[in-house]
Amino acid sequence: MSPGFFYGIEVVLNGLMTGVMYSLVALGFVLIFKASGIFNYAQGVMALFAALTLVGFQDGQIPFSHLINAVFGTKIHHFGWHLPAILAVLFALGVMILFAWLVEKLILKHLVNQEPIILFMATIGLAYFMEGFGDLMWGADIKTLDVGMPQGGNLWIEESTAFLGGEDFYGFYLDNLDIWASVVALVLVVSLVLLSQYTKIGRALRAVADDHQAALSVGISLRVIWVIVWSVAGFVALVAGIMWGSKSGVQFSLSLIALKALPVLMLGGFTSIPGAIIGGLIIGVGEKLFEFLLGAPFLGGATENWFAYMLALVFLVFRPQGLFGEKIIERV
Amino acid sequence: MIRNGRSFDGRVDAPADSGAGTGRAAETPGTSGAVVMELRGITLRFGGVTAIRETTFDIQEGEIRAIIGPNGAGKSSVLNVINGFYHPQEGEIWYQGRQRGVLKPHQIAHQGIARTFQNIALFRGMTTLDNIMTGRLTRMKSGIFRQLAWWGPAEREETEHREAVEQIIDFLEIQAIRKTPVGRLPYGLQKRVELGRALAAEPSLLLLDEPMAGMNVEEKEDMSRFILDVNDEFGTTIALIEHDMGVVMDLADRVVVMDYGRKIGDGTPDDVRSNEAVINAYLGVAHD
Amino acid sequence: MLYREVGDFKASYAADQATFSIAFDRWFYHGILAFAILVVPFLINDYWANAVILPFLIYSIAAIGLNILTGYCGQVSLGTGGFMAVGAYACYKLMTAFPELNIFFCVLLSGGVTALVGAVFGLPSLRIKGFYLAVATLAAQFFLVWLFNKVAWFYNYSASGQINAPERTVFGFEVTGPEAMPWSAYLFCLVFVIGLAWAARNMTRGSNGRRWMAIRDMDIAAEIIGVNPLGAKLGAFAVSSFYVGVAGALFFSVYLGAVEVTEAFGIQKSFIVLFMIIIGGLGSIFGSFAGAAFMVLLPVLLKNIMVGKLGWATDLAAHFEFAIVGALIVFFLVVEPHGLAMLWRIIKEKLRLWPFPH
Ligand SMILES: Nc1ncnc2c1ncn2[C@@H]1O[C@H](COP(=O)(O)OP(=O)(O)O)[C@@H](O)[C@H]1O
Ligand SMILES: [Mg+2]
Repeated sequence: MSPGFFYGIEVVLNGLMTGVMYSLVALGFVLIFKASGIFNYAQGVMALFAALTLVGFQDGQIPFSHLINAVFGTKIHHFGWHLPAILAVLFALGVMILFAWLVEKLILKHLVNQEPIILFMATIGLAYFMEGFGDLMWGADIKTLDVGMPQGGNLWIEESTAFLGGEDFYGFYLDNLDIWASVVALVLVVSLVLLSQYTKIGRALRAVADDHQAALSVGISLRVIWVIVWSVAGFVALVAGIMWGSKSGVQFSLSLIALKALPVLMLGGFTSIPGAIIGGLIIGVGEKLFEFLLGAPFLGGATENWFAYMLALVFLVFRPQGLFGEKIIERV
Repeated sequence: MIRNGRSFDGRVDAPADSGAGTGRAAETPGTSGAVVMELRGITLRFGGVTAIRETTFDIQEGEIRAIIGPNGAGKSSVLNVINGFYHPQEGEIWYQGRQRGVLKPHQIAHQGIARTFQNIALFRGMTTLDNIMTGRLTRMKSGIFRQLAWWGPAEREETEHREAVEQIIDFLEIQAIRKTPVGRLPYGLQKRVELGRALAAEPSLLLLDEPMAGMNVEEKEDMSRFILDVNDEFGTTIALIEHDMGVVMDLADRVVVMDYGRKIGDGTPDDVRSNEAVINAYLGVAHD
Repeated sequence: MLYREVGDFKASYAADQATFSIAFDRWFYHGILAFAILVVPFLINDYWANAVILPFLIYSIAAIGLNILTGYCGQVSLGTGGFMAVGAYACYKLMTAFPELNIFFCVLLSGGVTALVGAVFGLPSLRIKGFYLAVATLAAQFFLVWLFNKVAWFYNYSASGQINAPERTVFGFEVTGPEAMPWSAYLFCLVFVIGLAWAARNMTRGSNGRRWMAIRDMDIAAEIIGVNPLGAKLGAFAVSSFYVGVAGALFFSVYLGAVEVTEAFGIQKSFIVLFMIIIGGLGSIFGSFAGAAFMVLLPVLLKNIMVGKLGWATDLAAHFEFAIVGALIVFFLVVEPHGLAMLWRIIKEKLRLWPFPH
């Protein structure tokens, strides 16, 4: 077999791992959408904000130091301590929960009966706000995030697969970080699914998704549920932020992964957890393969920027309900 | 109590062609007996659910045709088939003497079929006036370029249709809410505006899906009066779904009774009232 | 006060349908128009033209365009940046391919090209609705920007990958290129603004506007009363894209002069224009202007205060700007979802009844 074939497989494997990451972000969207009917555009910025906060705590950055310096002419920047990764993660999680509570209190509560599209635009506003706020709080410079995730290529896989090809094939190159990220994402996805199936809270969440009234009659206030859901989404954002941040640094572009999760959702359906996972994998593999086979050789490359959207668009034109949605029959 | 309007002055009951009965069939001057709309062997399925089963009936020119039956009987589905929102799997639809192919709802609107909806389907962001003006759209020329410059044909057309709409507004006695966004109106008035929108199209067949549902007695009387007046003054053919049997008996010339998607009765109100199957299936059952 | 209608009685339906049915409004409007045409050209200087007035005028056109699609026809688009890019690159290709063609027509034709592209990307709207459509329009955004970045033909194979506006004149006065005077560039844009705003008002006030609004409020009911969704939606996409394309062409040729596509027409542009119509008011031409003014002035103001007065670093000011704009969007959606246009209407309502509120 030709080396090209093996490179193809390697591309697919890498695509799968990227896809898992997309699924992870998409999962945050699906959780919020299912429980509150809100399409949360800010999910990506939440990941960025969570990662910034994590790094900030870890490195002992003083929040708003730029602002304070500008106002008072001081020159402060760090407290001078370093937190262990695990503590910093917990603190960051706390901030995300506080954030969820504030979102409910300041925004959602006031927009309950608005049309979905208004809520969507509100989350775009929220995304803008958080982007500015995150930068104000922690500064906009690119930060390295290291919570002890293994880096570099995985030698074991490389060596043990080298025999597959001929002279020119050195084995599959897979990044340790990607492997880890996929494993973590997978564990997270599975545990979320299990939690939503087998715990009281999980059942309540699903009840809200199906019928708000029914959920109320179970005795759980809608607002509490929203805070919980946004907290869980914040947690998912934190995990996604850690993975992507470890890989390429914590910077503005991290919030753009949210944009990658959108076509995943269109493909998988906004309400389907399996849809988010499979949609993510399809798009991860699809865009890498397309770039490998057509994009880079014939189209000048960088087709990953739009391929996912076009795929989702074309797909939706033929199947507007997405992969797993039921056929939509409109009524009057 | 509904019949105290001018519409019934000086009319005498005459034997109806369908036999005995004191329905309005014989009284209505416009009823020529010509068939406007005919459904032949219509079957409509949604996946496993059969909403309409082999149903056949017709609507004659100038009559008020009521469709009654318990909830879920398939009444709304019948109207949806007539105006092309649903396409039946089996059966033929004949309109104005010709078999109708598969058309889009907006094409059917252009053929002169207008309707109201069981759940109000007004354009909530627009005023009463604008909502009723949308009823005239089938009669207005479209074309973005015509409207780029307002003066000239576009303005003339607008004014002309505005006059027609103002007449409807007067007719329905809703002058005071002309400029009110419909979202702010009480339910009863919204139903009336929706009727206005359908009337604005000057339809040759008007479909009304539970026009009086959820109204109080007074509102029902008003609505009944409007429906009768439309039928009498403009000779508009009307198909009407209604639950209130009193209203149906008063308004309708002929009645179709449906249950589980099937037609189980068809005739004048009196016929229907005395029909065994109907009594068992429907009238005997509390339906509110 | 003088702000009065004489009762609410109009002598004719035509008068009732007029845009400015209150005399005071009419004077106000004509006053502003006269000021903009007769006075501003003599006052304008480079700073005002580049910092405030040109971007305001050009964004107003884009905002009206997006408002036609989103505010009137109910189809949310996040592809505005991409469509502006189409206008800009169409204009560049036309300017360089037909040097004799007057820039006025280049801009109009660019709008036409964008209208076609917009209609193509509008096709899915017949099947896809709501956020699905909003997300689908991102396909246009990313694909178009990528296209102009990768296909060298669009930038005439220039080494930098940028496009530069050649010098063009109208009646002998330069309106593009480095020699252009602020007043001539201003008047050139103003002509488009006035013409397009007037056309937009006409398109949205009559049967055509009602078709769009019917689709927006309830597309199923609209189709059942006889609106052809294909025509109405594609029409809205085409008209809207025409406006956005003209805005893109002016943005490139008159305002920036040189453009690198990812920088000038990235997704941020889509959001900025969307914010303009949310803040200004969905479904309002006046709101489009108000929103554009707001979004153009706010950063200038913030920058003047924070960088100019307080001496802060520009990046700090930029972060503040993001946070403030985002908070304002949320604030407006929570407090006044109908935007500045509604606030203005409420103020007028109060004024009209003043000093006897009942
Ligand atoms: N769009 C649809 N999808 C699936 N089932 C439908 C749809 N519309 C109607 N039905 C079903 O068809 C049956 C008849 O409904 P309908 O015509 O609305 O009844 P009615 O108006 O007599 O109350 C019901 O069982 C209803 O659930
Ligand atoms: Mg019904």
